[in-house]
Amino acid sequence: MHESTHHHAETFKSKVEEAIGVTVSHCYQCGKCTAGCPLNEEMDIMPNQLLRILQAEMPGYEEKILSSLSIWLCLACDTCYSRCPQEVLLSKVMDYLRQESLRQNKVNPKAKDILSFHKAFLNSVKMNGKLHEVGLTIDYKLRSLNLMQDVMLAPSMAAKGKLAIFPHQVQNTKEIAKIFKKITDSEGGKQ
Amino acid sequence: MRIGYYPGCSLEGSSKEYNDSLFAVAEKCGVTLEVIKDWSCCGASAAHNLNHDLALALPARTLALAEKQGLEDIVVPCAACYSRIAGTKNEISNNIAVKAKIEGYIDLKLTADVKILTVFEFLQKYIFPTVDQHIVNKLNQKAACYYGCLYTRPKEIAAVEQIENPMEMDEVMAKAGATPIDWAFKTECCGAGLSVSRTDIVAKLSGKIIEDAADRGAESIVVACPMCHMNLDMRRPEIKKQLKKDINIPVLFITQALGLSMGIPADKLGLNKHYVPTDKVVNCIVKMEA
Amino acid sequence: MARIGVFICHCGENISATVDVAKVAEKAGKLSGVAFSVDYKYMCSDPGQTLIIEAIKEHKLTGIVVAACSPRMHEGTFRKAAEKAGINPYFCEMANIREHVSWVHPKSDATTQKALDIVRTMVAKVKKNAALFPIKVPVTKTALVIGGGIAGIQAALDIANAGHQVIMVEKKPSIGGHMSQLSETFPTLDCSQCIMTPRMVEVAQHPNITLHTYAEVESVSGFVGNFDVKIKMKAKSVDYKKCTGCGACWQKCPSKKIPDEFNEGMGFRTAIYSPFPQAVPNKPVIDRPNCTYFTKGGKCGLCKKVCPADAINYDAVDEFIDVKVGAIITATGFDLKHADFFPEYGYGKFKDVIDGMQFERLASASGPTAGEIRRPSDGKVPEKIVFVACAGSRDKAKGIEYCSKICCMYTAKHAMLYKHKNHEGKAYVFYMDIRAAGKDYDEFVRRAIEEDEVQYIRGRVSRIYEKNGKLIVKGVDTLMNGEPVDIEADMVVLATAVVANIEAESLAQKLHISYNKHKFFAEAHPKLKPVETNTAGIMLAGACQSAKDIPESVSQASASASKAIGLFSSNELTREPIVAVVNRQAPPNFTSCTGCLLCQEVCPYHAIETEDIKDRGGNLIKRAARVNAGLCQGCGTCVAMCRNKSIDLQGFSNDQMLSEVMALLNA
Ligand SMILES: Cc1cc2nc3c(=O)[nH]c(=O)nc-3n(C[C@H](O)[C@H](O)[C@H](O)COP(=O)(O)OP(=O)(O)OC[C@H]3O[C@@H](n4cnc5c(N)ncnc54)[C@H](O)[C@@H]3O)c2cc1C
Ligand code: SF4
Ligand code: SF4
Ligand code: SF4
Ligand code: SF4
Repeated sequence: MHESTHHHAETFKSKVEEAIGVTVSHCYQCGKCTAGCPLNEEMDIMPNQLLRILQAEMPGYEEKILSSLSIWLCLACDTCYSRCPQEVLLSKVMDYLRQESLRQNKVNPKAKDILSFHKAFLNSVKMNGKLHEVGLTIDYKLRSLNLMQDVMLAPSMAAKGKLAIFPHQVQNTKEIAKIFKKITDSEGGKQ
Repeated sequence: MRIGYYPGCSLEGSSKEYNDSLFAVAEKCGVTLEVIKDWSCCGASAAHNLNHDLALALPARTLALAEKQGLEDIVVPCAACYSRIAGTKNEISNNIAVKAKIEGYIDLKLTADVKILTVFEFLQKYIFPTVDQHIVNKLNQKAACYYGCLYTRPKEIAAVEQIENPMEMDEVMAKAGATPIDWAFKTECCGAGLSVSRTDIVAKLSGKIIEDAADRGAESIVVACPMCHMNLDMRRPEIKKQLKKDINIPVLFITQALGLSMGIPADKLGLNKHYVPTDKVVNCIVKMEA
Repeated sequence: MARIGVFICHCGENISATVDVAKVAEKAGKLSGVAFSVDYKYMCSDPGQTLIIEAIKEHKLTGIVVAACSPRMHEGTFRKAAEKAGINPYFCEMANIREHVSWVHPKSDATTQKALDIVRTMVAKVKKNAALFPIKVPVTKTALVIGGGIAGIQAALDIANAGHQVIMVEKKPSIGGHMSQLSETFPTLDCSQCIMTPRMVEVAQHPNITLHTYAEVESVSGFVGNFDVKIKMKAKSVDYKKCTGCGACWQKCPSKKIPDEFNEGMGFRTAIYSPFPQAVPNKPVIDRPNCTYFTKGGKCGLCKKVCPADAINYDAVDEFIDVKVGAIITATGFDLKHADFFPEYGYGKFKDVIDGMQFERLASASGPTAGEIRRPSDGKVPEKIVFVACAGSRDKAKGIEYCSKICCMYTAKHAMLYKHKNHEGKAYVFYMDIRAAGKDYDEFVRRAIEEDEVQYIRGRVSRIYEKNGKLIVKGVDTLMNGEPVDIEADMVVLATAVVANIEAESLAQKLHISYNKHKFFAEAHPKLKPVETNTAGIMLAGACQSAKDIPESVSQASASASKAIGLFSSNELTREPIVAVVNRQAPPNFTSCTGCLLCQEVCPYHAIETEDIKDRGGNLIKRAARVNAGLCQGCGTCVAMCRNKSIDLQGFSNDQMLSEVMALLNA
């Protein structure tokens, strides 16, 4: 069952390890990460088990991890890392898995809204160099089709001077767009 | 010392009162803050979630601009921005290859040796030396200081000394004449970035925080982060549904609380901008005898 | 005129398969000073040795070179042969043409040439050899045992029962160590005090044991068989010759609120105190920093007033005694990490989160609750109790990677004791692995699980916090798909890590013994010399070396006692004469040493002493260095430092080394 760990062919596990400098075998499966994770009740695969699946490299493990909801629920709160006796930087693993899940088009259907929000957020930054909350909300709603969500909040937020209808922009929005472009180009794809 | 200021997106938008109260407090003590010219968004959790290089490039640009402007200390009042910027600084200073790559993306050079201050570090370093002469009120209430994740974790960039029981904000509140309480949810996660996309989860996590504060008799919850504020204050209707009870403890920014003790008017501190009414907090205040 | 014999060994085919041994023998025979040369299949065999002996006699050889294996292997063999043939054994040298030649090179002319080169250097050396004689050192047949826990007690009794003198130094007012604090002991659940107390009393009464309690080792010098030890006797403020242990003083002492160390802070003691009722000796000391007489400038003095024996002496001072011992057994035990070591479990803030030793005191009939398990905060009997194993052990992030070894077992014991006393109560154990490899150990753990229904949950606890008088324990069950498990407990016991005694490092430095990065003392070899240290004559016993339970501590103590007894079995020790010497010259110089003592500074074994050189009339001429042959390990560092070549290493003198080098250069 552990055949694949014995030769040096590039496996999904070794890719993860190389990309983020975390050694998966450091995890000794104590479960302390899961015990303290604020999202443990919502996750489909527990944080320690994600690592276990990576360690074991059973057939189909890559698919299983990349399409899990957990990787999208993780808030990068680092409760796990701050208490992990083996100092496994789990949030970084989660970070990487999310990016990979997106790249490989494996995003769990239940994570659609979460992804829409992140994308809308980044889009706002890309266009304005800063976050424009109204723009973000509209964009998120279009992406997620959750058109009614938070609608009740908007008028009162505006009344309290909390929503700027027109975006604040950095003086040089082109510069920000350039950074986005450089990074997406260097990755050979688009976000 | 020229003190730089990075407001971050939220302080220009949904948390304007945090910005205003910080300036009000600084002004009262004669401290000036210089905004970093043409700063951009730190990328917050979205960049972090979707693209690691971007998550470094955005804060790096801000760091580079601050250096160009000749600033040595920069105050970053938002916990998310603090975490992104401090994390970027940490990663860039420990990895030359990453540094070179990021410099390429942003077309700017960096030394990454500016010091990044949280709001409570700023208060302790620049406001505390003269604050006593300005304090006229005792807040006279039990305050639960809430730190959340981003000031306490990961340990490499923690802005507090005891990561499981931080005391830095508690010290500020004691200065303001409040009684900081010992409670269990100081550093639990509020749900942060899922505020919009999974409000149900945020209501659950933030609900537990508010409930613990209430159970221990807190009269106010004090925060130093716009996201925490949003989740604990603005998400109260969802929290109410989740807890099946109505807890109406107001949530203050730490600068508002300190401002109140300095006698700055409540509306100047933006207390009227909150969802949970703050009158209770104001009513607790007692004038100090001269 | 030197007459050297050269003996080339084939070592079966080990050497002869790659080295042309006949050619080496032939060429060696032509070297200047060589009177005889031969090759043979097995030099170390009986016929081989006879060949050497006969050749020495027949050819009147003055020295020999055996070209064979490493000297580590057979130097002793061939030196004995030389001695049998009537020459001083130190006129025998070995040329290593196996490990250094045949095993590491292919068969070739160059290989043979290298073998010959090595033989040539050794021939050049042996010509410069001098007769050397083994060094004899006397043995003081008294052992010092440092630490009076179960390990120290066992070692002391073994040595004393073998008829030798023992001096025991214990820093606390009583011997007994951690074992005297335990309630019942795994795997048999016999009462710790019941099996311990007779041993403690035996130590006190043994005619061959001198016990110094409230004492510490101040300094150690000397060497195996001949250590000089200075012992600091801390002022007890009580004259033990007069004191009868009646207890009148501690019953009357008004300073009653001092946290009691024996009960792990869960009770109080007085300023004049004996740590526990079965203490040995059962006589008190005054804890001066907590005594009103000492802190309030002579006020109080109550104990002196009530003492019927007039034993109280406020003016007592620390005293020092010097003793001579031949062997030292270090048995200073361990410390435990306390609950304040754990930020995520409350930084020691919660009264009902305790450590294992505190639990022992709660479970002990002589403890603060008379053996009823009640929680410290309010004295309530816990209905739900949680045990957390590996608390701080196997935790790289906390700086302790190792397994503390005893906690799996005592945790099972604790859970069992709790269940025996509270049948209705619920006991949970969070663990990572159950390490119960000792005799009857796994059976013991299974009993806790199967018969006493202790809930074992595989997972680490992330956090403990307090709410409404309950401790919320946030754990996980990794055997159930990582299911989060939150328990509202009344009390939590952390099986905290076993760590080295806080004074371990300073003691190791006094003794010149090594220790690992966690400050546990280092054995000389992890497998083959597990009780010796790198310093001859100093042995280890018990938990000062690594975490150990009682059976292991006792076994190791008996092993180190047998090492001491072995040492004491002869009156003298014999040592190789490979030591440094300071030269001697005729008057008026006596020696070329100028007494700069650079050698003293660099000697890692503290073997350089000074010597006053006097003329016949007793007038001091100069002060020169002198090597203590008992301490010198022959490393040669001093030789390299000496500016005027006044110090030299016997058997490896400058002259010998130079001739070896010249032999190579002049090939
Ligand atoms: C909670 C707990 C429960 C346990 N339960 C069991 C059990 O049920 N069964 C079992 O087999 N084992 C048990 N053990 C293990 C047992 O306690 C140890 O194996 C044993 O105490 C080791 O004995 P020791 O003599 O090596 O060390 P210690 O008991 O630590 O004794 C060392 C002695 O040396 C003295 N000392 C220290 N430094 C100096 C110094 N510099 N100079 C002079 N004196 C010094 C100390 O004061 C002490 O008296 C338990 C341990 C713990 C922590
Ligand atoms: S806490 Fe660390 S070692 Fe334990 S299961 Fe999680 S990642 Fe692995
Ligand atoms: S970083 Fe992610 S996995 Fe780790 S505790 Fe937080 S939410 Fe859970
Ligand atoms: S009263 Fe005197 S004799 Fe009795 S125990 Fe105390 S010191 Fe010893
Ligand atoms: S003995 Fe058991 S509880 Fe103790 S550290 Fe080792 S595995 Fe953990």
